[in-house]
Amino acid sequence: MGVILMKGNEAIGEAAIIAGCRHYFGYPITPQNELPAYMAARLPKVGGTFLQAESEVAAINMVFGAAAAGARAMTSSSSPGVSLKMEGVSYLAGAELPAVVVNMMRGGPGLGNIAGAQGDYFQAVKGGGHGDYHSIVLAPSTVQELADLTVKAFDLADQYRIVVILLGDGFTGQMSEPVTLPQPTGKTFDKSAWSLSGAKGRDPHLIASMRLNPTNALELLNGRLQEKYGQIEKSETMWESVRVEDAEYLLVGFGLSARICKSAVSALRKSGVKAGLVRPITLWPFPTAEIAAAAAGRKKVLVVEMNAGQMVQDVRLAVGGAAPVDFLGTLGGATPQVDSIMERITGHAG
Amino acid sequence: MPVETVQEKVVYDRPRSLAEVPNHYCPGCGHGIIHKLIAQCIDELGIQESTILVAPVGCSVLAYNYLLVDGCEAAHGRAPAVATGIKRVHPDRTVIAYQGDGDLLAIGTAETIHAANRGEKITVIFVNNAIYGMTGGQMAPTSLQAQKTKTSPYGRNPADVGYPIRACELLNTLQAPVFIERCSVTSVKTILKTKRAIMKGLRNQVEGKGYSFIEILSMCPTGWGLEPRESTAWVDSEMTAVFPLGNLRDR
Repeated sequence: MGVILMKGNEAIGEAAIIAGCRHYFGYPITPQNELPAYMAARLPKVGGTFLQAESEVAAINMVFGAAAAGARAMTSSSSPGVSLKMEGVSYLAGAELPAVVVNMMRGGPGLGNIAGAQGDYFQAVKGGGHGDYHSIVLAPSTVQELADLTVKAFDLADQYRIVVILLGDGFTGQMSEPVTLPQPTGKTFDKSAWSLSGAKGRDPHLIASMRLNPTNALELLNGRLQEKYGQIEKSETMWESVRVEDAEYLLVGFGLSARICKSAVSALRKSGVKAGLVRPITLWPFPTAEIAAAAAGRKKVLVVEMNAGQMVQDVRLAVGGAAPVDFLGTLGGATPQVDSIMERITGHAG
Repeated sequence: MPVETVQEKVVYDRPRSLAEVPNHYCPGCGHGIIHKLIAQCIDELGIQESTILVAPVGCSVLAYNYLLVDGCEAAHGRAPAVATGIKRVHPDRTVIAYQGDGDLLAIGTAETIHAANRGEKITVIFVNNAIYGMTGGQMAPTSLQAQKTKTSPYGRNPADVGYPIRACELLNTLQAPVFIERCSVTSVKTILKTKRAIMKGLRNQVEGKGYSFIEILSMCPTGWGLEPRESTAWVDSEMTAVFPLGNLRDR
């Protein structure tokens, strides 16, 4: 198909279809409306189901049902709507069901505004719903990566029977960029041992998160979940490093902030300042060891986010005092500027 | 001496779809009867291997321990949404959402109305016992006027918290549902009638017809503080006065 121009939100939709997703459930909210509109137009053409739910709560529970039935299912929303989905995400985690949840973040708290933002890092990475659980959190920074990581999200979800959150932002979702559509990975996952299809020639299957008997049943479930999370931390951490080897200053950012950081690295290098960047691609599992290694002995680590300082907490834990960690954040839908990043590094405007 | 041959004819047996396990429900509770009726209907329709049950949050969350079919939990109130997701993946399977009054008419009102309005081809079994049983007897959206519960200790006061909601009448304002009936399980007669309604509701799905809703007035002696016998009488006299039995729609 070659390179085509696509909006981020639409690229997610097409990539989901490429990944074999045939069940989408969602509720309108800006700035991700292009995605449900795309699915509404495309899914019926490929034998799929698009359903506009009565609420975000209903949508995530429709995903729960479709996932329990063995299908690749997804929902998408933006920050306020994702808050509503958190109940379902916790139930999906407890029932160990695979699902893909897209959050094209906007400014908050509350209704906030409709500009892109990164204020839902805590919600996505630290839980969001109740109980001890993790979702895999992917942080795309370009339209190309929105598409690529969407395909990857479905494989990860099925492989680990886990919720994968694609944590983008309203700007990335609404910008148009050239994309090479990803290919199907060809990976298949046999769900017949646990999914619901009618107990034909076998014992009934049960999808449940409640564990009452024996008395330690819930402890056992949680133990197994933690084991799974440990395995994911070992195997699935993704990050990108840019000119880190000789860097005196290290930038750390994710998603759109990381793109701006990349430009700042180039600009700083041009002005003779040795800067590098570590961009976590998975926010959970977090590239703790990689950031620790990249940060040790630098003059300064600067974390740049479109929020009041969320990922910076994980960076500080990773760095553990091996370098000073500074933070530059933008609030309420503003984006970080290359100049302000340079100024923070060099102490004077670039 | 001639040997007399005895002709044996089984007139009643345990439904195949009903597990042989001790019942955890309280004495006089209606859930056990309703579970058995569903199992009988599943057996008679021959759909044990193609039925998927969605269990609610409430006393009957453990329904899947009794009904030997594929089963799924749903978060409180979300059974119609979960059932929707399952049915959209498996349109040829029979999907049952089993729900109580708090689940269906309080926390899950939106899901209830919209699944019905879409005409989802599912069967909703609504067990209305006018109280939250599992949490210890709080006021339900269907608690009767003046009914005393843990959270309406002076009796439900309509001036403060409104009147009991009539689910069948509410859903009967929608165009899509094909079957709406209210029944009870207080006597052999009403139980048999309820079984016929459940059969119809499930057959509608087998035939691909559409959304079926069966409300069953049921007893909660523990929550009501009544003897089992008093409880059936209370359903017959007090509940049916507010929730009249009968078929509202059969297309």
